Amino acid sequence: AADAKRLGLGREALPEEIAAWNVDVRPDGSGLPEGSGSVMDGEELFVDYCAVCHGDFAEGVDNWPKLAGGDGTLADRDPVKTVGSYWPYLSTVWDYVHRSMPFGGAQTLSADETYAIVAYILYSNYLVDEDFVLSKDNFLEVEMPNADGFIVDDRPETEYGRFSEEACMENCKDSVEITMHATVLDVTPDEGAEAEAGAAMEEANAD
Amino acid sequence: MTAETEKKGASRRAFLKGAVAAGGAVAGAGMARAAEPDPLITEVQEWASGLGEGVDATPYGMPIRFEDDVIRRNVEWLTADTISSINFTPIHALDGTITPQGCAFERHHSGAIELKKEDYRLMINGLVDKPMIFTYADLERFPRENHVYFCECAANTGMEWAGAQLNGAQFTHGMIHNMEYSGVSLRTLLTEAGMETTGDLSDKWVYVEGADASSNGRSIPMDKALDDVLVAFKANGEALRKEHGYPVRLVVPGWEGNMWVKWLRRIEVMDGPVESREETSKYTDTLADGTSRKWTWVMDAKSVVTSPSPQSPITHGAGPLVITGLAWSGHGKITRVDVSTDGGMNWQQARLATEGQNKALTRFYLEIDWDGSEMLLQSRAHDETGYVQPTKDALREVRGENSIYHNNCIQTWWVKENGEAENVEVS
Repeated sequence: AADAKRLGLGREALPEEIAAWNVDVRPDGSGLPEGSGSVMDGEELFVDYCAVCHGDFAEGVDNWPKLAGGDGTLADRDPVKTVGSYWPYLSTVWDYVHRSMPFGGAQTLSADETYAIVAYILYSNYLVDEDFVLSKDNFLEVEMPNADGFIVDDRPETEYGRFSEEACMENCKDSVEITMHATVLDVTPDEGAEAEAGAAMEEANAD
Repeated sequence: MTAETEKKGASRRAFLKGAVAAGGAVAGAGMARAAEPDPLITEVQEWASGLGEGVDATPYGMPIRFEDDVIRRNVEWLTADTISSINFTPIHALDGTITPQGCAFERHHSGAIELKKEDYRLMINGLVDKPMIFTYADLERFPRENHVYFCECAANTGMEWAGAQLNGAQFTHGMIHNMEYSGVSLRTLLTEAGMETTGDLSDKWVYVEGADASSNGRSIPMDKALDDVLVAFKANGEALRKEHGYPVRLVVPGWEGNMWVKWLRRIEVMDGPVESREETSKYTDTLADGTSRKWTWVMDAKSVVTSPSPQSPITHGAGPLVITGLAWSGHGKITRVDVSTDGGMNWQQARLATEGQNKALTRFYLEIDWDGSEMLLQSRAHDETGYVQPTKDALREVRGENSIYHNNCIQTWWVKENGEAENVEVS
């Protein structure tokens, strides 16, 4: 990056400014502030701030995200992906809750409150006992079940070769059958495609 | 097609032809002759006699009311609410390649925020010589670049993994827009903060986040950051729309839309990825065995026929028909698009409206003489790396049905004899 010269625009960021915005927490725990919180405190906070969408036991309400459950379902037809069944790092839970939750009231949780809520989410996933206290010091001791569940994008090895063969242009298959229809499910919004197509067809037929 | 449907098709065709001959309504082949003079021509119309609107009527115009169906649409059941949600570009009704900003799709995680230029701040911190703060006015003083790129949501076509589900190109392929961006290269801004003391850049990352409550933080490897990433403040000639990140967004050419961070407020140079929520819980692609791919950044070559399509049926009967669509690739230029009218048994090369553009939408056309029989329309994109857009079955063979994101399969529209089209899967 030394190939262009500086223009002298902008100003140096002050430490207070960086501290206010640079709050990301990484898998190795860097970025975590001092503090701690217990499952018991977390339960109370969760009921107050989170349960209306995520349920009393982090099991999710209606279409709102489930935060607990689904262990062992990732290879199922309909996997249930939660903090316990899917998320590889506890740092992400802390970082995301602290920065972006509760939905509509983000950045209102203190460090201790965040530790407590994260402890409660762990408890809801049967990953810690009810007397557990999460802190900056023991943060990395928590084992996330799906920590090894991820591989770096391997499309270059598994797909790009097989999808770069010369394309067939003629007589590529013996027959073609329709195997599935979107209209069977009929889940497209009414005011959308179907109404439109319907109107166009009526117009066409009227001609 | 099977012999059975072939026969059925043939007899329906015969019926249709008979009907046309008897009614004489539509021209089957050759030019129709009008029975009576057209009053739209023979009578003086209001617009040819009276006056239209003055130049002061519309300081900033909207499309004419007859085009009021060319709008973004929402699919309610897809998400828990409309704030962290998606809507769809009406690609079935557009032509060319540039997406009008007013109907270009939106995807927010905590809504479209209002952030005025005066309140805007961009921080660059982390492993740089000097952490920096830029105002919006500062950004406008850096050397500028202009580029056209597509922004495709990683989840575009994601509802179609397990089968044909939504009936219309807008819904199956409309999480995409294509704009001409003006802005400053990220490389220029990183240079301003200085990376003399950063050390080896090849193992460094930038973490980018927005000013909204969701923050949408994502990690980007430094070689991409220094390659073609833009910090953009204009799109299609004017300021970004509020819902597209006003006043400043990141443009990450060829890469999944989630990384195009809107309302960009901070860029941190780091020695590793953050593994944020948007690159662990979301935007990771689960395979059949339960393991998941992460950092699937590039959007592979893809195409779709936009017309005819379920929302854009054939209403003019047999005869000349324009088949058109869009093709794009995150790996570079589209070099060729093939179109099939028989579900992939036979293909012919379509005409590219212009030469394929780097990591941008490319328009294709195939003009045919439609005989009024049913078709199974498909398009197949090729990009400059030699990659050929796969079928959905070929993708599912590698990935299974639960990867949610990165579905770039060949789409099939079943066009019936009456001109209606439907989203289907074929063998």
